[in-house]
Amino acid sequence: MSKVKLTINDIAVEAEKGMTIVDAAKLVNIKIPTLCHLNIHDIKMVNRTASCRVCLVEVEGRRNLAPACATEAVEGMKINTNSLRAIKSRRAMVELLLSDHPTDCLVCERNTNCMLQSLAAELGIRKIKYEGAMSEYKKDSSSQALYRNSNKCIMCRRCETMCNEVQTVGIYSAVDKGFETVVSPAFGLPMLDTQCVFCGQCTQVCPTAALTEVSHVAKLWEVLADEDLHVVVQTAPAIRVTIGEKYDMDGVDCTGKMVSALRRLGFDMVFDTNFGADVTIVEEAHEFIQRIKNGGRLPILTSCCPSWVKFIEHQFPNLLDIPSSCKSPHIILGVLTKTYYAEKYNIDPSKIVMVSVMPCIAKKYEIMRPEMQHEDQRNVDIVITTRELIAMLTEAGIDFKALPDDDFDNPMGESTGAADIFGTTGGVIEAALRTTYEWMTGKELKEIDFHSVRGLDGLKEATVDIDGKPFRIGVAHGLGNARILLDNIQEGKEEYHAIEIMACPGGCIDGGGQPYHMGDIEKVKKRMEAIYKIDAAKPLRKSHENPYVKKLYEEYLGEIGGEKAHKLLHTHFTAREKI
Amino acid sequence: MAKNMSEYKVDTEKLHKLGDYMDSLERGEGELINILREAQEIFGYLPQDVQLFIARKMGIPAAKVFGVATFYSFFTMEPRGKHVISVCMGTACFVKAADKVLDEFRSRLKIVNGNTSEDGMYTVDTVRCIGACGLAPVILVNGKVYGRVKPEDVATILEDIETDENMHSEVGLQQ
Repeated sequence: MSKVKLTINDIAVEAEKGMTIVDAAKLVNIKIPTLCHLNIHDIKMVNRTASCRVCLVEVEGRRNLAPACATEAVEGMKINTNSLRAIKSRRAMVELLLSDHPTDCLVCERNTNCMLQSLAAELGIRKIKYEGAMSEYKKDSSSQALYRNSNKCIMCRRCETMCNEVQTVGIYSAVDKGFETVVSPAFGLPMLDTQCVFCGQCTQVCPTAALTEVSHVAKLWEVLADEDLHVVVQTAPAIRVTIGEKYDMDGVDCTGKMVSALRRLGFDMVFDTNFGADVTIVEEAHEFIQRIKNGGRLPILTSCCPSWVKFIEHQFPNLLDIPSSCKSPHIILGVLTKTYYAEKYNIDPSKIVMVSVMPCIAKKYEIMRPEMQHEDQRNVDIVITTRELIAMLTEAGIDFKALPDDDFDNPMGESTGAADIFGTTGGVIEAALRTTYEWMTGKELKEIDFHSVRGLDGLKEATVDIDGKPFRIGVAHGLGNARILLDNIQEGKEEYHAIEIMACPGGCIDGGGQPYHMGDIEKVKKRMEAIYKIDAAKPLRKSHENPYVKKLYEEYLGEIGGEKAHKLLHTHFTAREKI
Repeated sequence: MAKNMSEYKVDTEKLHKLGDYMDSLERGEGELINILREAQEIFGYLPQDVQLFIARKMGIPAAKVFGVATFYSFFTMEPRGKHVISVCMGTACFVKAADKVLDEFRSRLKIVNGNTSEDGMYTVDTVRCIGACGLAPVILVNGKVYGRVKPEDVATILEDIETDENMHSEVGLQQ
C-alpha cells in the first residue's frame, strides 16, 4: 500500500493512500468529531453520506471546509481541525441539528447513551441559538417490536445503509424534500405492513432514539408484582456473554450472576432457552435425516431466527418448503413451560406468564404470530431485550458484579454445549451436525468442533463426511449474504444439504436487542469467543445427550418428531408481499 | 408473492403499456425517473400500486421508488384534473404576487383541500421557476405559458378554457 504525507494541526502524518482525513487523524491521536459516519469493516457497513457536516475541517488552499469523513487524505495536504472557522462551523452544524430535535433528553430512551447528546456535551453547547419549525411525525409502534420516532431522526441515513445495503431488506428511503425530508418506509406505511423483518440492526446503528425497540419493561414490572401469576423467565444463549458489558465484563460468561439477578427481580422460575435449543436440535436433526432418507426437499434451512423467517416469507415465497418446520428455541421452551412443566407441577397454564430475555427485537414480533399459541395460550407472553433487562437491573439497584452465581431451574435448565453456540453464526448448524452425524452413522463423533463454519466471514461453506458421503453445508449471517445464498439455490448454481442463516451480522451475539456496540466490532468478537469457551467447557456437548431432553421425551412428548412433538414444537410459514 | 398484473388495483391495459415501455429500456435502475415520468403520462398520476408494480418489476425496494416520486415536485400521487394550471412560485413570480393569482384560482374553482376541484376538471398546483422570469408572474395552463398574470385575469383565463372545452369536446389530455 503506498503512503501519502500530510500535516494535521502541524503534526506530520504518514497515511495510507485512500484513507479519509478522519482515519488519518486517528494515526496521530487527533479525534475529529463525527456523527453520521460509520465504518464497520467486518460486516461491510460503511455509511459515508457526509450528511451531518459535523466533521468539517479546514484544508489549506481549499475554499470551503471539507467533511473529514468523506474526504481522502492526499499528499501535501495541510489540515487544521481546530481553526476558529472549523470550530464555529462544527458548532453551528450541531446547533442546527438541535434546533429541530426534541430536547427531552431526561426522559429519552437513549439518555446517557445518545451520540447527539454526547456530541453536544463534547462541543460544550449551552444554548440552542436557532428557533424555528420542528418536525412533527407520527410515532410508529405498530409492530410491537420496532419503535420509530422520526422526530428524533437527524438524517444520518445509517439505518438506510444498514437496511438497504447490508441487510438488503430495503425498508427505508429518504422521502420528500427540503425540511420535510424524512426517512420512511414506502408510502409512509406502518412498519407492520411492510417487509421489515424487525432484525433491529437499524437500532444498533441509529445514533439517537429515532429507532429503538418497543419497550415491554413497564408491563413486566406489573406482571412481576402480581401475586396470582407464576412468572417464568428464560434467557437466550447470547445474553450471558453480553450482559456483563454494562459492568465492564466484556466477553465474560455471566451465566451465574445473570440467573441470580433474575431471581432477585422476582421471577418464580428461571429456565434456560438453551434447553429449548437442545430440543430444537433433536427435532431438526430428525427432520433432516427424514428428508435425506425419504428423498425430501434439500437443503434444510434452520428456522430459529424470526427475522430470517420473515425475510424468506417476503423475498423468496417460492422457497418456503425448505426451512425446517421447527419453532425457535424460546418458543419451544414457552410451549413446554405451559404444557409439560405446568402438568408436571400442577400449575394452571393460564396463570403462567412466560417471559423471554432475547438479544433480538424480532422475537417481540414472533410471539405475536398467530401460529405461536397452543390451546388459546400464547407460547411466550413477553419478550424483553438484553438492553431492557440491563435497564431493569439498574432500576432495581442490583449490584450485578457482586452477585453470587446461581443455577437455572430444572426440569428445563440443563443444556449441552451445542445449545450454547446457537448464539453465534455457524453455531446452530454445528450443533445440528454433531447430532446428525452420530444418529446417521451410529458412531461417536470424535472431532466435535467444526471450525470451518465458525468466524465472521459473511458466507461460509463446509463439506462434512458422514459415513463416506459428502454433505455440503452453507452458513450465512447478515441478510445480504443470505440473499446471495438463496439466489444461488434458486438459480440452481449451488447445491447444499443444510444451511444456517442468521439475520444479524455475527448472529445473535450482535442481535438488534444487544447492548449498543457503537460500531466496535471487537466487542462482537469477544462475545463470540466467550460462547465457544462455554461450549468447550461443558461436559456434554451434543444436544441428544442432554438427560433432561431424554426425560422430556420419555415422560411427555413420546417419539422425536412424533405426533405430539409435531403439534407442540413445529410451525408453518406464510408467503408475504414485497412492500 | 409475485403479483399478476390483474391483482394491482389499477387499469390493467395501462399497466401493460407501462410494462412494455419498461421492457423497451436497456439501462436498468438508472431509468427509474424516466419510468415514473412515463407512468404519470399513462395514468395521469402515480397511484401506490403503480409504484409497487415498478419496484417489483425493477427488483428494487418500493421505498426507493416512493423516495424518488416524492422528491420531484413534477410527480404527483393524486389524480389530476382534466385541466392543469400551474402557478410559478419562483422568486421573481413570488415577488410579483403569484400567490394572489394562486389564491384567486383556488377560490374561483372552490378548491379547499388538495389541489383538484371537486368535479375533477381542474388541478391547480405550483411549480418552481420555469425560466420565464421576464414575464413574471407566470402560469402554465395545460402546458401553455401565460405571462404577467394579474388576479383579475383569472376569470377570463378560466372562461377561455371552458370555451375551448365546448368547441372541441374531444380535447383532453394529450395522448
